Amino acid sequence: MSPAIAQAAAPVRQPEIRPVEASTLISYRGVGKVFETDQGSMTAVRDITLDIREGEFVTLVGPSGCGKSTLLNMAAGLFEPSTGTVSYRGEIVQPYNRRVGYMTQNDHLLPWRDVTGNVMIPLEIQGVPRAEARDRVETLLRDVGLQGFEKSYPSQLSGGMRKRCALARLLAYDPEALLMDEPFGALDAQLRMRMQIEIRRLAMDLGKTVVFVTHDLDEAVSIADRCVVFTQRPGTVARIVDVPLDRDRDLMQLRHNNTYRDLTAELWELLAPDMEGGDRT
Amino acid sequence: MTETNASTVGTVMQNKKEAILSRRQKARQRGNRIMMIRLAFVVVFLAVWQIASMYLVSDFFIGMPTEIARDLWAWALSGTLFFHASITSIEALLGFLLGSAVGMAAGVLMGRAQTLAEIVDPFLMMFYSLPKVALAPMFILWFGIGIDMKIYLTATIVFFLVFLNTYAGVRSVSREQIAIMKLMGAKESHILRKVVLPSAVTWVFNGLRLSVPYALIGAIVGELIASNKGLGYLLANASGQYDTSAMFAALIAIMILALALNYAVKVVEKKAMPWKAAEDQREMSI
Repeated sequence: MSPAIAQAAAPVRQPEIRPVEASTLISYRGVGKVFETDQGSMTAVRDITLDIREGEFVTLVGPSGCGKSTLLNMAAGLFEPSTGTVSYRGEIVQPYNRRVGYMTQNDHLLPWRDVTGNVMIPLEIQGVPRAEARDRVETLLRDVGLQGFEKSYPSQLSGGMRKRCALARLLAYDPEALLMDEPFGALDAQLRMRMQIEIRRLAMDLGKTVVFVTHDLDEAVSIADRCVVFTQRPGTVARIVDVPLDRDRDLMQLRHNNTYRDLTAELWELLAPDMEGGDRT
Repeated sequence: MTETNASTVGTVMQNKKEAILSRRQKARQRGNRIMMIRLAFVVVFLAVWQIASMYLVSDFFIGMPTEIARDLWAWALSGTLFFHASITSIEALLGFLLGSAVGMAAGVLMGRAQTLAEIVDPFLMMFYSLPKVALAPMFILWFGIGIDMKIYLTATIVFFLVFLNTYAGVRSVSREQIAIMKLMGAKESHILRKVVLPSAVTWVFNGLRLSVPYALIGAIVGELIASNKGLGYLLANASGQYDTSAMFAALIAIMILALALNYAVKVVEKKAMPWKAAEDQREMSI
């Protein structure tokens, strides 16, 4: 290979290489959150310092009730932290951060609207012209594999299809970051794997930043670029690991991947002591 | 995955259609059988009544089916039945519309304005616990004994049922749902139009369906107390003449009117909430 060709080839490959220091999108600085309830105050999380970089796929994993969802809620601006700050692109998050999309375990589809109607909602709110909105919904439904069900009502859909519909609605308003709170928790293993593959593919294709909460360690490692492990409540960061797997990994084949197996085994050890004490709370 | 998905979607839809067809056939057969049993029941009931009124009990107390039929037929032919029924229908319908319109508006307003709701709550409850027909004498004083007094009485009764249901419907919208909408950039007006009102519709129709018999109560009681037309008047008139069969005939006319109104609400309900039909068709899963 002549030097000239090598030089010419270099810039072409450039876009594929991830910048080492991507800009920070969501930043938690010494964040703690205390909820006042009738039984007294309950500390959900404490001393969280964490940066989510733009374009990265981060999973938050830990035992149930360790305040992972609380972190998402604060990033969305649903409530403020009790201590510390949560900022988005360097600015303190104000109520209702519209640059993020939120997908919860409950899909919150509107039962009186069919699939098209549900996905249409954010576009209607933005005032997108009807014809254009229809086209966009059609594309989105194809992207999430819901073609043929445009006229079905949520009550007629299976759990997996409802998730796809919620995902299409989420993508319809094109938020910069997707906050996902155990979105596939209620699905069976096969369906879950398919949804994981799809959400990763979509996030890569569309260049979305994803913060994905789960209590499933395998899921957390397999889909993440970076995985944040939490301790039992009051939740705090136990460890942050970069997942040393390819960006375009094949999720189906991960079971045979040694790096993946070692990493999940290692993190399992980290979480296991917490699980034994889990019943005491 | 897109390719395979499209073809499986095709077969799934096909199977679904076939399943729905055979299910419909079975449902029709069952429906026919139930219809036959009902018919038999009516025939036996009427026969027993007729025989009893001829040999066992004086028809002064229980009337006689043949007499009742004769009265109804005579009223139908002379136009009496239609005239009185239309008066009662107009009273019930206008009262129903007025009461439910005000009830819905108040329900939505209070559902969204929590402070206002808290302020007026005790007063509303005081008024609610009052049996509304007890207001009739007052309404006669204010509105006379014409048709409008019955309309207002009916509207007062219907108002509370629709108001309480609408209020509950508006309050039942989950806070998470609203938060999700706000993250999409929704303003209060969007939330009201796209989430709150449609989700309250189910509740509103519950209230409307409950109100139908009450709307008739308002109209009939109004007519019984003071009037010279309407099915209630027909009933009071027959009772004044100790004509038991005519009383039964009036009651049957009232019943038929109630059934027609119920049916009308059901039809409107189905049109207004197509997703409900979809829910009913679904296979049961627990």
